[in-house]
Amino acid sequence: MLGGSVVEAALTILLDGLQFSSYLFIVSAGLTIIFGVMKILNVAHGSFYAWGAYTAAFFIGKFSDMGLPDALGFLIIVAAAIVVGIILGFIIEQGILKYMYERDEVLIVLATFGLFLVLEDIILIAFGTDPYFAYQPMALLDAVELGGITRDVYGLTLIGVAAIVAVGCWWLLNKTKWGTLLKAVIFDREMGISMGINVPLVYTLTFIGGAILGGLGGAYIAPTISVSPGLGTEVIVLSFAVVVVGGMGSIAGAAIGSLIIGILRAIAVHELPQVELFVVFAVMAIVLVFRPEGLFAPAKPRKI
Amino acid sequence: MFNDKTAKFLLLAAIVICVGGAFAPNWIVNQFMFGFSRALAILGLMVLWRTGLVSFGHAFYFGLGAYAVAILDSEFGVSDVFLRLLAGAVVAGFAGFLIGFIMRNYRDIFFAMLNTAISMVLFGIVVKTESLGSTDGFAISMSTILGFAPETKYPMFVIIMLVGLTAALLVNFYLKTTFGKLTTAIRDNEIRVEYLGFSVAHAIHLKYTISTILAGGAGALMAMSLGQVDPESMINWTVSGELVFVTILAGPGNVIAPFIGSLVFEILRTYAFELAPQAWQLIMGATFLTIIFFLPGGIWSLIEKLGGKKNER
Repeated sequence: MLGGSVVEAALTILLDGLQFSSYLFIVSAGLTIIFGVMKILNVAHGSFYAWGAYTAAFFIGKFSDMGLPDALGFLIIVAAAIVVGIILGFIIEQGILKYMYERDEVLIVLATFGLFLVLEDIILIAFGTDPYFAYQPMALLDAVELGGITRDVYGLTLIGVAAIVAVGCWWLLNKTKWGTLLKAVIFDREMGISMGINVPLVYTLTFIGGAILGGLGGAYIAPTISVSPGLGTEVIVLSFAVVVVGGMGSIAGAAIGSLIIGILRAIAVHELPQVELFVVFAVMAIVLVFRPEGLFAPAKPRKI
Repeated sequence: MFNDKTAKFLLLAAIVICVGGAFAPNWIVNQFMFGFSRALAILGLMVLWRTGLVSFGHAFYFGLGAYAVAILDSEFGVSDVFLRLLAGAVVAGFAGFLIGFIMRNYRDIFFAMLNTAISMVLFGIVVKTESLGSTDGFAISMSTILGFAPETKYPMFVIIMLVGLTAALLVNFYLKTTFGKLTTAIRDNEIRVEYLGFSVAHAIHLKYTISTILAGGAGALMAMSLGQVDPESMINWTVSGELVFVTILAGPGNVIAPFIGSLVFEILRTYAFELAPQAWQLIMGATFLTIIFFLPGGIWSLIEKLGGKKNER
């Protein structure tokens, strides 16, 4: 009997960890793509997440009030991510970041921090300070029993979504013409321009793509949490930790970083709750000290 | 040390403010106390910013300074303002000196991120530790000054002004020494600095330690001015962001700038919050973007322009 409960506890930690990793991966993939291509460490990414969550929660609630079927919730989640990503991504890239590419890397980080502050408050103005609950999609999927423990199916689908995002990114980068162009730009921006690649367009699309992933992370997690102010503040430092651990600019790195941090955090939450936050950032600091480029950073071309 | 324009201005301004403070209404005294407490940390970040280094984690040292005061108070009952200030600055400075050995090899976003990571480690510990006050923090008893307990805020106000003055004079002096002048040189070209025979790592280590002592002192003063500490407003990464915000707002031009910048920030925040409680971050963020785009030298560059560049750097 004792053995059984240990296995159950381990399974719970594993599933919690995987779920948390999946969610971290979806958000961090967007951050790392933007960094890889544009060399922008985007603090405003936390806002994309928060906007995704709010937009999805708001419309899921509205649709439910109107008596529409709850299954539409999944459509809303995807639509919210895409709409938020396109609108915010386009406005920010075209309106502000475009004029900063020649400036110092650190100044761009600061500018995105300014944007973060602005976007946080626009959320408050648009959606108010009261929390939103959009539990319908989660209630719809019910729960299953897995190896003796009950899990809600919605949380498990998160793992599937992360897998789709991972495979999608890999396919896009390695199997399409777009991916080849993107890799050329990452490798050498100036050479890319001289070869006739429309780099400004690549930048705009990359930023929008990254923003959509940030929004998707928020929109998909929205049904499982209470969507309330300050949502983006915690997420952004967590996803910084993920991309730093895995290696900034690498999708595989983001995946491995998410797994390490997600599972470590799940272990901490269940076994030693006092170190829950500490452990994430301790790992981040240790990786930065011993391997500043991250565990799986893409090899850098040497330039003269 | 006292024979340049900046130093003379600082002395004059300190006298005017100290005298003026005796007659000023309470809310102005408060603005100055908070503003000038924070200014100490900004002074340190300015030294780093001159080298092109931005730390998104100095709330670590700010928080260490503040919590040193809180723990001295709750565990040992120390209430003397100078002991508290000293403790905050020493604890933060010592931590900064040790961490500096690692930090001096980092630049750009890696420098920013490693600082963030370390500050979030402390945040994680404090938030989850009951004996450190967890998310609620501590209340701090009123400070005493060399044994007597002041009735009004004015003595504390004067002390903050004098601490600010001393720090500004010392940093002003430091920036004029060879090591101080290396600040901008390192930003422009590290390799040349090495060829001139100076160690960039040593120079950055010194700057980093100075900035952490100042941040610790600022945290201690802020804790005493506010009468309480808590992790959300002392250690979280948003506090570091706020410090960076004020540094950029003030501009790196002169040691006077952090004080003006902090005061402007304090007033801006108070009024933005009163005018639009839901949009004060928006106002701050927009101000920040405007400064980055149109006023890279911060408020100080505006003052320089108005003064026809008469002020020396």
